[in-house]
Amino acid sequence: MNPASDVVARLSGAVKRYGSLTALDGVDLVLRRGELLAVLGPNGAGKSTSISLLLGLIRPDGGRAELFGMDPQQIDARRRIGVMLQSAMLPVTLRVGELLRLVSSYYPDPRPLEESAALAGVGDLLLRPYGKLSGGQQRRVQFALALCGRPELLFLDEPTVGMDIDSRRKLWAAMRALVAEGCSVVLTTHYLEEAEALAQRVVVMGKGRVLTEGSVDALRSHVPLTRIRCVTDLDAGLIAQWPNVATAEREGSRMHISTSAAENVLRRMLEADTSLSELEVQRAGLADAFTELTREDNLIEQEAA
Amino acid sequence: MNAVSIPATSSVATPKVMSTRRVFGAYLAEARSECLRYLRNPGFMLPIMLFPTMFYLLFGIVMAKHEGADVARYLLASYGVFGLMSPGLFGFGISLALERDGGLLTYKRALPMPPGAYLLGKMLMAMLAAAVVIVLLLIMSVTMAHVALTAQQAGMLLLTGVLGVLPFCALGMLVGTLIKGQGAPGLLNLVYLPMSFLSGLWVPMNQLPGALQQIAPIWPSYHLHRVALAALNMDQGPVMGDIAVLIGFALVCFFIAARRLRRVG
Repeated sequence: MNPASDVVARLSGAVKRYGSLTALDGVDLVLRRGELLAVLGPNGAGKSTSISLLLGLIRPDGGRAELFGMDPQQIDARRRIGVMLQSAMLPVTLRVGELLRLVSSYYPDPRPLEESAALAGVGDLLLRPYGKLSGGQQRRVQFALALCGRPELLFLDEPTVGMDIDSRRKLWAAMRALVAEGCSVVLTTHYLEEAEALAQRVVVMGKGRVLTEGSVDALRSHVPLTRIRCVTDLDAGLIAQWPNVATAEREGSRMHISTSAAENVLRRMLEADTSLSELEVQRAGLADAFTELTREDNLIEQEAA
Repeated sequence: MNAVSIPATSSVATPKVMSTRRVFGAYLAEARSECLRYLRNPGFMLPIMLFPTMFYLLFGIVMAKHEGADVARYLLASYGVFGLMSPGLFGFGISLALERDGGLLTYKRALPMPPGAYLLGKMLMAMLAAAVVIVLLLIMSVTMAHVALTAQQAGMLLLTGVLGVLPFCALGMLVGTLIKGQGAPGLLNLVYLPMSFLSGLWVPMNQLPGALQQIAPIWPSYHLHRVALAALNMDQGPVMGDIAVLIGFALVCFFIAARRLRRVG
């Protein structure tokens, strides 16, 4: 298979400035067919700007944005994508079915209405006016609108904000099903467990740049720490001086330890305190890696480099 | 978790071509949605229908009872123009200002909506609302004020209304691109009400102070008023010049607004 034709969206060296503020400072991003890419980063990192460039809503001041090898402002490129934006006030007096019919009409080969509704779990809402729905229901309708055109590429900007756990899980399942169908997804989210559960690849952005990019596991390994929690009488100050222990803190009867060599530390602790109980061992999650990567001083170091 | 299933009929790998029939259907769907959403919104439709009809009832029918059908006929044209200005100015201007603010326009730009469908939809909605206003006034004038109208005169006034709303759509669009969000209604009223007065829609032209009579031709509503009077065979002399002014005004507003919309969004 030709690898070039496998790329569905690409930013190369994209620069975007708003006055004196540089929102994007040379961003490279490649999205391949059938891939779910999560874009993470604190507010102002450049996530939305990157998405806007790929949607053709704004033009880059430098570099290029491409959708299916075309300029994103070409309607033929956008006929192959579906979009769920963070804040779109849809007409409140239109019914869900009418909104679906309208957005479907923009696409050459849309899904049947019932199929789109069922995928997003809004089949029972078709006759309801959009404005009368709860926040979570509105998000599900927006998701239905994003997938109704049988897109090859979905842009989902913070899709699960305002959803309860059940709706969120249903949306995750729908996203997985779409990816299995061969659809690519670009997902921005604040919920790291969402990226962890769904994404094959994660891009972390900060201050208008890509800080790191890779699989969830690769990203986690940026922070090679494991947490140990237990109830013990051992002295925290003493443990903190053991080799490979990053921190050891006491909180009431509980001890919290971060270490890069959990096995050795544990062996030693169990030998020293036979009454040690309520032991928990956990690998650092994406959240830890993310916090580590986007810490202010880290960003400043990168800037200096 | 297993509630979701996708039929295996997907054809993701082959890019599809949008047929002309489907493009036309998209324009139609957009116009239909635009009309539906506003006709269902009483906050939009009621003022548009109530103001001109109440004014006409009061000044054109009740208070002009003893002045004869000619006054009622003259005021039919005046309040007709007054009434059709608001769907143009407000339907276009306020909705555009709010939708630029609320993100709907951004969303539509990200979607593969065919070019211009958004503006065309709003335009058709304003034309429909203008037609409703004119028909209401026509019914009132014939049944309550006993104005003798031929079918041709009624038809010409309706046509004047449906096409005459377009320059005001363009003006509303221009204001909607200059102002975002909640500021638009205030500014549009600041345009709408003085312009109606100054172009002789509330008080007949010859009763306005001389200076105001002199500058009246700068208002598009003045020219539309003359066209509406001519449609009812109230002799105004030739109105081709007025029509040309209205077309020119509409084009200038539209091009400035479209340019701004493309650049600023």
